Amino acid sequence: MILAIAEQHGGQVSSVSWEAIAGAQHLSTAANGLKVRVVVIGSSVGDAAGQLAQAAVEEIVTVDHPALGTYAADGYVLALEAVIAKLAPSYVVLPHTYQTRDFAPALAARVDRPLITDVIAVKGADAGPVFTRLVFQGKMAADVVPEPGAPCFVTFQIGAYRADAAVRGASPAPVVPAIVPMDAAAIRQRPEAPFREAKQAVDLSQAERIVAVGRGLGKQEHLAIAEQLAGLLGAEIGASRPICDLGWLPLERQIGSSGQTVAPKLYIALGISGAIQHAVGIKGAKTIVAINKDADAPIFEVADYGVVGDLFEIVPALATELRK
Amino acid sequence: MRIAVCIKQVPTREGQPRLNESRTWVREQDASFEMNEPDQYAVEAGLRLREQHGGEVVVCSAGPARVAQVIREALARGADRAIHVEDDRLAEADAAVVAEALALHMRGEQFDLVLTGLQSDDQGFAQTGVILAERLGMPHATIVIEVQFADGGLRVKRELEGGWYQWVGMPLPALLTIQSGINQVRYATLKGIMAAKKKEIRKVAAPATLAARQRIVSLYLPEKTKRTEMISGTPAETARELIRRLREDARVL
Repeated sequence: MILAIAEQHGGQVSSVSWEAIAGAQHLSTAANGLKVRVVVIGSSVGDAAGQLAQAAVEEIVTVDHPALGTYAADGYVLALEAVIAKLAPSYVVLPHTYQTRDFAPALAARVDRPLITDVIAVKGADAGPVFTRLVFQGKMAADVVPEPGAPCFVTFQIGAYRADAAVRGASPAPVVPAIVPMDAAAIRQRPEAPFREAKQAVDLSQAERIVAVGRGLGKQEHLAIAEQLAGLLGAEIGASRPICDLGWLPLERQIGSSGQTVAPKLYIALGISGAIQHAVGIKGAKTIVAINKDADAPIFEVADYGVVGDLFEIVPALATELRK
Repeated sequence: MRIAVCIKQVPTREGQPRLNESRTWVREQDASFEMNEPDQYAVEAGLRLREQHGGEVVVCSAGPARVAQVIREALARGADRAIHVEDDRLAEADAAVVAEALALHMRGEQFDLVLTGLQSDDQGFAQTGVILAERLGMPHATIVIEVQFADGGLRVKRELEGGWYQWVGMPLPALLTIQSGINQVRYATLKGIMAAKKKEIRKVAAPATLAARQRIVSLYLPEKTKRTEMISGTPAETARELIRRLREDARVL
């Protein structure tokens, strides 16, 4: 059996949970048709379980406990360790979110089983499924196999499977509460309520055109050439994380998993290597242009048009051409 | 305050890695190595906490003899001493193996706080720190951007996704994985480099058996999801051709 761990926030199932279910269903076909169950944990998870019951899976398992209300790593590990002991799954799959990254390694270590993270594809093989993940900053793909035994924990990269690819059932899946012992005193973290910093003034998600800059810009004063190009194109300026970390552009201009997700018609990446954290934020872009001096930069994997060269030569030439 | 910072030496970010014959790892003799970038922020965070609260910073690393290079670098930046779990088998080991090799020798040190980077630039597991916390019996928090000490414990700010944040309290000792980019990493001074030569690096052995939980069976170039049209020529030619394609083919201008 494959156990997919859904993520919910305030009773709302996040769309990445559906990606994980789609991944679990795909893994099922690569693993001799193992059944899929979904577990959702938290406090008052009835609504979330109801949403998940649409999936074509064997059952929805719930763990409902006041101590699981606000996420804390120890609470999740305790609850899921008990669920895993009870259900004895062959695979446990999760979406590769920041929350998963916080507790899944501890959970896998607690039961001393493999955790294969950030998986982008699963291949069936005689000896069991093989998992593909990117290594060396996205420059290489690695086929990985776990040591034999159960369970094997797998996290799927965001976007590896589409949420709408999760097969829905003809009738709702049964919802089965799991009673697990929860010792609230064993939760060492004391989480406070999540919050947002000041409201974002720039909404890049609606921009039609974006010129984004990365580490390859070299110096803050070089922003001017990107801004000039953006001006000529009527584009917004965006950036990869390092640029915002350096304070060259405000955080609200950051594109990627920890910043904004964008879907412009035209996205021009200047000196951006295209690490996966950035690439997931531009998946919705229609046309991506990458200009980078490193021909091996992973940005060229996702670009429609690529230029290997010096952005300080190419960008002024583009400006000249646009002025014609 | 006794602070440990775990660092990893990884192949440099630039260029395409050359593979060994079995295509399961880089060719060690061709590769150049550097300190894993996310770990640099953890080292800096450790040094700043020591400067504010006193104590010592102990750098811990697991890997072959070559790892001494990044240990020296951290010592030159100001770390006080180091523990090097030295074993060639650790070069391409998985996160669980590395965490267990480190835990074996960190357990007796009575650290108050253990810091690691977010993930490594080579294998990118994003799990060594959290497994280490589990093996050391410490509470942990990941993707930390601010650290406060309060009531004999910690209060840390975690970054969540999509612009959300959260404060989390926990008792000491604890382990934190540090978000990249939260501080400006200092460079080693000449004085620091000289001082590092006299600092202690305790070399210790890895456990006799290293039980891999997962292994790479093959490495290859990622399959392209898109057909990328590469445009070349002089800057003027490239610009003209790119604009033409954006206008006529992609129709986005």
